[in-house]
Formats: sequence, C-alpha cells, structure tokens
Amino acid sequence: MYEEVGSTVSVFDRAYDDPVRVLDEDGEVVGDVPDLADEELVGIYRHMRLARHFDGRAVSLQRQGRMGTYPPLSGQEGAQIGSATALDEGDWMVPSYREHGAALVRGLPLKQTLLYWMGHEAGNATPEDVNVFPVAVPIASQVPHATGAAWASKLRGENDAFLCYFGDGATSEGDFHEGVNFAGVFDTPTVFFCNNNQWAISVPRERQTRSATLAQKAEAYGIDGVQVDGMDPLAVYSVTRAAVEKARDPDADRPRPTLIEAVQYRFGAHTTADDPTVYRDDDEVERWKRKDPIPRLEAYLRSEGILDDERVAEIETLVETRVAEAIEAAESEARPKPEEMFKHAYAELPPELERQYEEFAAFREAHGDEAFLEE
Amino acid sequence: MSETQNLTVVQAVRDGLYTEMREDDDVLVMGQDVGKNGGVFRATEGLFDEFGGDRVVDTPLAESGIVGCAVGMAAMGLKPVPEIQFSGFMYPGFDQIVSHMARFRTRSRGRFNLPMTLRAPYGGGIRAPEHHSESKEAFYAHEAGLKVVIPSTPYDAKGLLAASIRDPDPVIFLEPKLIYRAFRDEVPEEPYTVPIGEAATRREGGDVAVFTYGAMTRPTLEAAETLAEEGIECEVVDLRTVSPLDREAIVEAFEATGRAVVVHEAPKTGGLAGEITAIIQEEALLYQEAPVKRVTGFDAPYPLYALEDYYLPSATRIEEGIREAVEF
Repeated sequence: MYEEVGSTVSVFDRAYDDPVRVLDEDGEVVGDVPDLADEELVGIYRHMRLARHFDGRAVSLQRQGRMGTYPPLSGQEGAQIGSATALDEGDWMVPSYREHGAALVRGLPLKQTLLYWMGHEAGNATPEDVNVFPVAVPIASQVPHATGAAWASKLRGENDAFLCYFGDGATSEGDFHEGVNFAGVFDTPTVFFCNNNQWAISVPRERQTRSATLAQKAEAYGIDGVQVDGMDPLAVYSVTRAAVEKARDPDADRPRPTLIEAVQYRFGAHTTADDPTVYRDDDEVERWKRKDPIPRLEAYLRSEGILDDERVAEIETLVETRVAEAIEAAESEARPKPEEMFKHAYAELPPELERQYEEFAAFREAHGDEAFLEE
Repeated sequence: MSETQNLTVVQAVRDGLYTEMREDDDVLVMGQDVGKNGGVFRATEGLFDEFGGDRVVDTPLAESGIVGCAVGMAAMGLKPVPEIQFSGFMYPGFDQIVSHMARFRTRSRGRFNLPMTLRAPYGGGIRAPEHHSESKEAFYAHEAGLKVVIPSTPYDAKGLLAASIRDPDPVIFLEPKLIYRAFRDEVPEEPYTVPIGEAATRREGGDVAVFTYGAMTRPTLEAAETLAEEGIECEVVDLRTVSPLDREAIVEAFEATGRAVVVHEAPKTGGLAGEITAIIQEEALLYQEAPVKRVTGFDAPYPLYALEDYYLPSATRIEEGIREAVEF
C-alpha cells in the first residue's frame, strides 16, 4: 500500500533531498493526490483555517495581557494538519509545544490549549479519549517517550502508531538520537516527524548540522528517512499515511519506524517573547509566505469544484465562532485553586507535603490572597 | 575616580562579559541565541558585533554539547562562558556538569584546571512557561568541585561574574531573572571583582539574622522595613555564593541575636536553608534562642504561572516567618 505513493519509486526509496510534493505553490497538481474523500479534503482545509485563526487570536490575547508567553504556529498548518489527519483513531501523537493544530485534529479542545498557555494546569488534563501526550517543553525530550510508548503498544500487540513531533533544533539533542536509535533497534511503530521550520529561535538550520538534510539522519539508525514539502498539506498527508501504515505492519519488508523531515517555515516569532526581525530578513519571510499551505489547498479545492465562495464563507464563520467560543470558555474558567499545587505530584500526598500544605492553608486563611499577590 | 554607568542586573552581566572579553582574549561566550540575537534576555547584546563569531558562538541546540565542549576548551586553557538559556534546560548537560566539569581537576590531580563559568538565568516570578521558573541551586551546591554564585545586585553581578571568569575552578553562575530589570545600580565601567564566597550584609539589625540570596533579597528587605516599624530590627545577609557558603558570616550574624530565618524560593527539602541551619547547629548551638525558621518554596513541582505567586515566598510570608523566630 505505502509503496504506491510516488509514481515510480516507493516514497521511502527517494533521495533524501527530493521532497515529496503533491501541490505546487499555486495549488497545481505536481504529484499523486492522496485518495481522500471530498469531505476529508475539506476537513484538512477547515482545520488549517481554524489553526491559523486560533493562532492569530492567541497572539493578540498575549499582547493584551490575557495570556502568557505563547508559541505561534502560522505557516506550519500544512505540516501539522496534514500529518495528524493521517492517524487513525487508536493512534497517538506525542507533541513538543507548538502543535496546537495537530492536537486539534486529534480532538484536544481549543479551550485546553488556551488554558495551558494561560498558565492553568487544567489545560494539560487531556480528556481520556484524546490520544495526545502532554506538552513537552525541553527540546527533543519527548522523542524517547514516543519510542517507548510505541514499544509498549507493540509488546501488548495493540498495533497503534505513534506520531512524534519535534523541530529542526531538536535533531541536535542527544535525546533525539537516542530515541530514534532505540526505535531502530526495537523496530517500534513510531513516526518521527521533524517540523523543520528553518529556525531554532535565532539559530538557522545550517548551524544545527552539516548534513545536507535532516531526513538523511535516518540512515545512521537503519530506518527510513524521507523529506516532504511541509507547506503542502496533501504531500504531508501522503507521506505520513504511508509511514503510519508501515509502522503498523509487522510483515513489512522494511523497518517500522520512519523519520519524516517536513520542510516548512514559521511565519511569526519563536514565541511571543521573541523578535525575529533581529535575526532574519523580511525578504526570506515574504518568500516563504508565497508557499502558504492554506491558499494552495484552497486553490486546488476550488479548481476541483469542492470549494466555492459560499463554502469558504461558511468555513470562515464556523472558524471564527469556534475560536471565540473557546476563548470565552477558557476565560470564564475559574482560576485554579492554590491547593492544586500540592495535589498532583504523588498518588498519595506524602506527610511532609501535607504538613507544608496545612501551613500554607493556615497562612492563607490568616492573611488572605493579597499576602501572596503582592509585587 | 572611575566612571560609572547606571545599569540593571542583566546589563551588568552583559558589561561583565564585555569587560572580561576585552581584557582577556581567552574568554569566549557560547550557547543558544547568544550571537546575532544577543541572548533571549539580551545578556550578550552587541558582543557578536564587537568580538565576532569565533568568540560569541551560536551553538547547535544541545546542552550536553555546550557544556562538554566548554570542558574541552577549558582543559586546553581557554576561559569559556557557556550560557544555558534557562536553568530548567541544564539537565541534558547535567552529566557533563557532574561527571566532568566538577571532577576534571581532581581526576587529573590538578594537571587540568577548568576555568569555565556556566551561566544560566534561574528562578520564578516572570509568568513563564513550564521549566522556565525553577530554582535548583542545591543540585549544584551538592556537587563537590563546583562553585555556585548568585548575585542580587547589578554591582555584584558584574564583579562576581568577573571573579568567576578569572577563577581557576568551574563556576555555576545563576542569574535571578526576576530582577534582571527590576532596578538599577551604579556600576563601574572598569573591570573589578567581587570575591566569591563572601556574603554581604544588606541591612543591619540586632533582633534576628535573616539569610537569603538572589531575587529573594528584595522581598526580604521589604519585610525587614515593615518589621522595623514595629520595632523588630533584622540583620539581612545576602549570601551571594551558595557554594562555598560564607560560614564565618553566617555564624557571626547568628551569634549576635541567637535567632535566624532563611529565605529561598527553592523547595524546602534538601534546600540551602537546611545546610545553613546545620552550620548554626554545629557552630553556635549555645547561642540559640529560637528554632531556625525556613521560608521557602514548597516540595511540590513549580506550578504554571497562574499559581506561581502562591509558590514563591512573598514579603508577608517572610515577615511572618521572621516574627515567629523573634517571638519564640
């Protein structure tokens, strides 16, 4: 099945520097369009619009002091939505901290994402039926988790795939290499998805590695590596789908794990605390904006008669409503109770921590919240 | 008389790096985003333009690589000043810190010195994401072979950083980012050092000794001023170096009153307050008038920012702690 992507060679047998493409920048078909129903294609488009609109609103919430530091995703919707859409229901995603769009596809409510970045721990309390790991802030630290989780699934015969996200900078960390190496050795059903957005804060991709591509790092661990145009949601879907199917297939004549390098760009800052104008040129940003994944898919869907003005307008309205509702819900959530700080570190509160909590509660009772909230 | 500049803590760090780099070609800065970007807190601003890419080095994103390469450079006689962007991201480099940075001299019987200074912003209170707010100085103070320095004023930031860079031994230099820009101080333009291992008395008072360091120095002084209105006079001692501790200053301040409070934002169990209490027990038991009071962070994971004000010692919590020690 997965051998069919790409007309002549298997997607996993391409040169590392030959990215898989389906749509060009104008939405013209230049590769094999994945076999998706019209509504699934519209779903990808809708999720990308939702992620983009959410992102803009989140940045402005931060600017208005209604949210803390936030890592924007604009520009990376094609990679996030295309890949997450390729998972089946029982599969898992293991994110870093920027995959709000992918998490959305996997069923994580936008309200959760907002709460987390509003400094509210409830945002990390992922609903039981949502197969998404908690946010991992330290770079690449989630990579071995994805290997271990996939390994567990294999040992239990559950046949689920695990999609692990990380950035170009993460490929410099030891955890990346250890996690991918283990996946190769134990042949785990893991898809390592590198969002190569060209910049690790201010450090360009070329400063991370002398390798010509990140995909080729797979070679050293004996697994498959493939590069994909990360601004092309359909190419990303195809490649990820092939990797997911291969991960799940114990009879595959190939290693189960795959390293996907999705070449893309973050249009905005690393986080709202960052000023990218210090380290990169406007020309470069403009060049990448012409590759924007959203108009490209829209053009294709319009040309196929799947989208028209009316449907696009409907989607716009839907997107605005959903984001507005999520913000309303997150902002009307009660502030977390201070006792939450003590409750969750252990299954059972140890006596010393309980003593500290009681001391804390007595102090709060005597002096009120203002005794903590001063400058 | 030397010229001075009115600088914040982070500007004084930057000035300390600039001055030491100007004085000594062996000093170099390395880390993530320290180059063109000038550091995420601007602690290396302008250094890349001044000294170039060989001495102000943007590295790949790999803390073990940063610390480990600095160990190798220092073994060959350079004086690297690696930066870890936030102390919460030290841990991939922890093996290098503990297994090598702390032990190279002892392992080689002094054949190799490691004159390196590992800088990292630490501590809470800036409404940052997870892993950006912890205070884990006790990890490093627990490790023989390292010195651990924490300035609390712009003057000390520059002088202690210079002393750390010139020190033949490896130093962990933790910068309290909450007060990076909180206030300004007159800082000499010329190079100078503040000795490592010496505490500073920030306020004199004859009723109780209060030991603290880093960002907690300010709320501690605030609490002391409030208590002065009630007639309680606090001696506030800023430790400035948490390893090695200034044992003499601790004992002297304690003996004057027989009462002590220790304030830090790090968790209570295994924190420096326990060590300071033990020093008091060992050296001055017969002077003791009250149990040593610890006002600290909790033994709970540092919360996301919606709750961080409840975690950090506030002036009122410190005030109450001091009152307890005085009224015992």
